[in-house]
Amino acid sequence: MKQFFAFIKKEFYHIFRDQRTLLVLFGMPIAQLLLFGYAITTEVSNANIAVFNQSPGQFSNQLINELKSSDFFRVSANVHSKEELEKVFRTDQAKIAIVIPPKFEEGFYNREAQIQLIADGSDPNLATILSSSANAIIMKWMMKKSGNALPVESITTGVRWHYNPSLKSVLMFVPGVITIILMLVSAMLTSISIAREKELGTIEILFVSPLKPGIIIIGKVVPFIILSIFNAVFILVMAWIIFDIPVNGSIVLLLLESLLFIITALSLGVLISTVSNSQQMALMLSLFGLMLPVILLSGFIFPISNMPLPLQVISNIIPAKFYLIIIKGIMLKGVGIMYIWKETLVLVFMSVLMIVLSIKKFKIRLQ
Amino acid sequence: MESQNKVIVCDGLTKTFGDFTAVNAITFDVKKGEIFGFLGANGAGKTTAIKMLSGLLSPSSGKATVAGFDVATQPEDIKKNIGYMSQHFSLYQDMTIKENIRFYGGIYGLSRKEIKTQSKLLIKKLGLEAYENRLVEGLPLGWKQKLAFSIAIIHNPSIVFLDEPTSGVDPITRRQFWGLIYEATHQGITVFVTTHYLEEAEYCDRVSIMVDGDLKDLDTPQNLMKKYDKDNMNDVFLYMAVRSKYKE
Repeated sequence: MKQFFAFIKKEFYHIFRDQRTLLVLFGMPIAQLLLFGYAITTEVSNANIAVFNQSPGQFSNQLINELKSSDFFRVSANVHSKEELEKVFRTDQAKIAIVIPPKFEEGFYNREAQIQLIADGSDPNLATILSSSANAIIMKWMMKKSGNALPVESITTGVRWHYNPSLKSVLMFVPGVITIILMLVSAMLTSISIAREKELGTIEILFVSPLKPGIIIIGKVVPFIILSIFNAVFILVMAWIIFDIPVNGSIVLLLLESLLFIITALSLGVLISTVSNSQQMALMLSLFGLMLPVILLSGFIFPISNMPLPLQVISNIIPAKFYLIIIKGIMLKGVGIMYIWKETLVLVFMSVLMIVLSIKKFKIRLQ
Repeated sequence: MESQNKVIVCDGLTKTFGDFTAVNAITFDVKKGEIFGFLGANGAGKTTAIKMLSGLLSPSSGKATVAGFDVATQPEDIKKNIGYMSQHFSLYQDMTIKENIRFYGGIYGLSRKEIKTQSKLLIKKLGLEAYENRLVEGLPLGWKQKLAFSIAIIHNPSIVFLDEPTSGVDPITRRQFWGLIYEATHQGITVFVTTHYLEEAEYCDRVSIMVDGDLKDLDTPQNLMKKYDKDNMNDVFLYMAVRSKYKE
């Protein structure tokens, strides 16, 4: 036990004296959270909208005021011809335009009013968001109008976003950021730290010492478990303070599941280190072998159900996918273990598999 | 009685990797307190032999005991009783002298008190009092090697393996280094050393020469020079190594 502590102490010296490690460990969570929280957002606020109002009546002005008074839009141009409208789009003065035809008001009474929304399709995501926001505002205004003046019997669909009522994108990103950070810190830093001892030759000294190989691996891994848990808590607290994101489910369960995922990632890191002899190789393997799949295939940014079948199949070997389902479930939906036991089992299975593989690889190396 | 004075007893020790025989049935023994030179060109099988003797590799056939323990069945006991220093830096560059000493004392199971007294002694012996809280990184190469050697014997092992300990070190420091080695043998520690500097071979009590996995000869340096009618160990070594199947 004393030997083990001496080893752990040494590991902490390495971690706290290496600026790059510290940067990855503590700088990255902050940077990623702020980046995804503030900069990379799918929410719209104060989007430029161009108005081409050909209707002389009051209604069209009311509608435009309604658009203006929402947080979503600000009118950046009033145009009076199609040509002008073209120019607005070409010069990027607006990403969306509302065209109100001359007979709008008459049409309104005959229940055949028409409005055209023109969106800049060169950014399809934004176009979709903008047009649906504009649509929603128009619908709301129309309902208000017809509710007062002329009751219209029609079906209205009320959409409510469960678990994320205001559709805040940061809510989606926090679980993703935690997933990335845990994966990266655990797998990358462990594999690099083991590869470094190989590269410098100090690992020979450890092997000829009375330390058992198992203890060496555990000693390498334990500091990162501690720091990763600390990191997870840190991100959660930051998310809560800065973005006001609560954890709806059990925090204990969340931390336990995170611990499991950390162990999965660490065993992956150990596995990577058994096949790489230099820090550089370990870094490349963990960056391209882990980071990209985690970001692209875990469902963090692109929904898995939209992927082509082969990619959907591949996504099943990515531990982050299952952790993301778990953490989203606990954080946003507040579900208990009953709903996520399958994903939990998958992670347990993956960890065991990789630990067995790593130990085998380690032994082969020693033979 | 005779066998009690032998720290290493090797009998037909062999290691094969597939078709390749890295170490071919070597038989020798090393006496307590002896400085045993283990020479051979690169690829002659020295490293493989050392790995087997230090319990890292299990032999394909043959037997060997180190400090009375069987290399095939008791590697854990062997590890407790040997010290090891390699051609690479055995020290952690991002830790101070004191921290390195404490770490090695710790993993060899020394008590806190032992570590304290040992590190004081060691730092004093090497004259590093003023530098004990400096990172190893910034120390001159010679200091590092002397420190690494002293740390390798901090747990007072019965034998210490030195794998090319003086490569890249200037002649004066190399002298001082050998001073430390002699001092260690006076404490009863057996020294098993490989080196590329053949004038160092003359400092050894006995020298063995490996060529292509075979142990070609083993004797005192004086006897070897006489036998092959050469003035120095360098010529002896060249004379033997030339017979290698694989010319470098």
